[in-house]
Amino acid sequence: MAKRVGIEVSIAVSEAATLCDVDVVAAYPITPQTHIVEHLSESVAEGHLDAEYIKVESEHSAMSCCIGAAAAGARTFTATAAQGLALMSEMLYIASGLRLPIVMTLATRTLSAPLTIWGDQSDIMSVRDCGWIVIFAENGQEAFDMTIQAFRMAEDERVLLPMMLCLDGFHLSHVVEPIEMLDKEEVSSFLPPYDAKYRLDPHEVLSMGCFTMPDYFMEIKKQQDEALKDSYPVILEVWEDWGKRFGRTYQPIQLYRAEDAELVLVIAGAFAGTARLAVDGLRDKGIKAGLASLKLWRPFPREDILRDLGGAKLLTVVDRALSTGGAGGPIAGELRAAFYHEKKRPDIASFIAGLSGRDVMVEQFTEMMEKSLGYAEKGEIPYYEMYGVRE
Amino acid sequence: MADLPTWKTINHACLVFTPGNTVEYLTGDWRSMRPERTEEKCVKCGECWMYCPDAAIFIDERGYYAVDYDYCKGCGICAKECPHGAIFMVEECE
Repeated sequence: MAKRVGIEVSIAVSEAATLCDVDVVAAYPITPQTHIVEHLSESVAEGHLDAEYIKVESEHSAMSCCIGAAAAGARTFTATAAQGLALMSEMLYIASGLRLPIVMTLATRTLSAPLTIWGDQSDIMSVRDCGWIVIFAENGQEAFDMTIQAFRMAEDERVLLPMMLCLDGFHLSHVVEPIEMLDKEEVSSFLPPYDAKYRLDPHEVLSMGCFTMPDYFMEIKKQQDEALKDSYPVILEVWEDWGKRFGRTYQPIQLYRAEDAELVLVIAGAFAGTARLAVDGLRDKGIKAGLASLKLWRPFPREDILRDLGGAKLLTVVDRALSTGGAGGPIAGELRAAFYHEKKRPDIASFIAGLSGRDVMVEQFTEMMEKSLGYAEKGEIPYYEMYGVRE
Repeated sequence: MADLPTWKTINHACLVFTPGNTVEYLTGDWRSMRPERTEEKCVKCGECWMYCPDAAIFIDERGYYAVDYDYCKGCGICAKECPHGAIFMVEECE
């Protein structure tokens, strides 16, 4: 039976991977992800997890090992952050192009320079086109649940894609939260053993990653794009099954007081928890405010966005990443693009906040939403705004 | 292009299930310089055969080392390595 315990979120993620009985872990420690792989190495050393733990010399090697292991049919897990993700970025495209269902936790952290270890989402946004399924956890329970869900989604024969679970570095990775930990039987009943449809086998002829000529590449790329989009119904199916079994439901966009909302704050990750309080405060003042916590980033849940956010007059999108010299917030930019052809579309105010671990308090979320209302009233919404920067 | 596979029919992830099919692709097309041999100077030592990175040199019926022009890319390593100067490179246009 599931047991509710107070546990650091990184350790809970590590325990989730152990419960999934992973075969291979190849990892390199980097803050703020270290506790996840450190605890996994202890689990292997102490015999709680029967897995090959490969200590590698870099993140590039970590992902390369995961690719090799997954190609041989192993259930494979790793974790990284920031510069580590940047170093493995070359291999991320290989993993998705070869359709290998690797699961990776990303404790999201700022890409240097200036050198910083603190959290934001600039790392994941730098690899948004790498062809992986990408989800965001908002709290420790979600991080635990999503780790287990990820293996079933990624390994589904209708999907066969790698999957990245983003949890905010420090703000989520390093906090202790009450988490309902499933037991081995519960996880086993939900997640079947991985039986790879395609695997490298000395007795079977199969080549992966062969050289491809221009006559073939675009067909392969479209096949990959369609596969990523086609993972959407499987993701929903897995979430529905999870809800039935364990009582916790997940959606691509989790709404809070948004049904009749005219002003909706959109954000991904742990800061959504704080933003809820700002929404409550505005509701108390009589403003029809709501919140949309974005869980699914790839495949991009366009239909959910049009349906759930299309009724609002105004969106305040808070990005913890900046498309430097570009379209501002990555999430805001994609939402604007999603609504461009719609007859009825909300105004979208884009704020960049909480970069590199800077806290965003309730009153600051409130201010961003009130500012958005002011901009919309005047009909002058800035392209984007870096919030709270000292002038 | 009409007889090539579509995105629906192409192998999953471009996996290859048939062995040794690179032989179907004639890389000799890439060549701009062609190795030629002076038979009088060749002592059949086989160094060109050993050095060729594409295994494009074979032993002909008289025991001489000859070039398989279907796969020779014209890199010139054989001409450079031949200890007796029996191999020289010629522009393909000649």
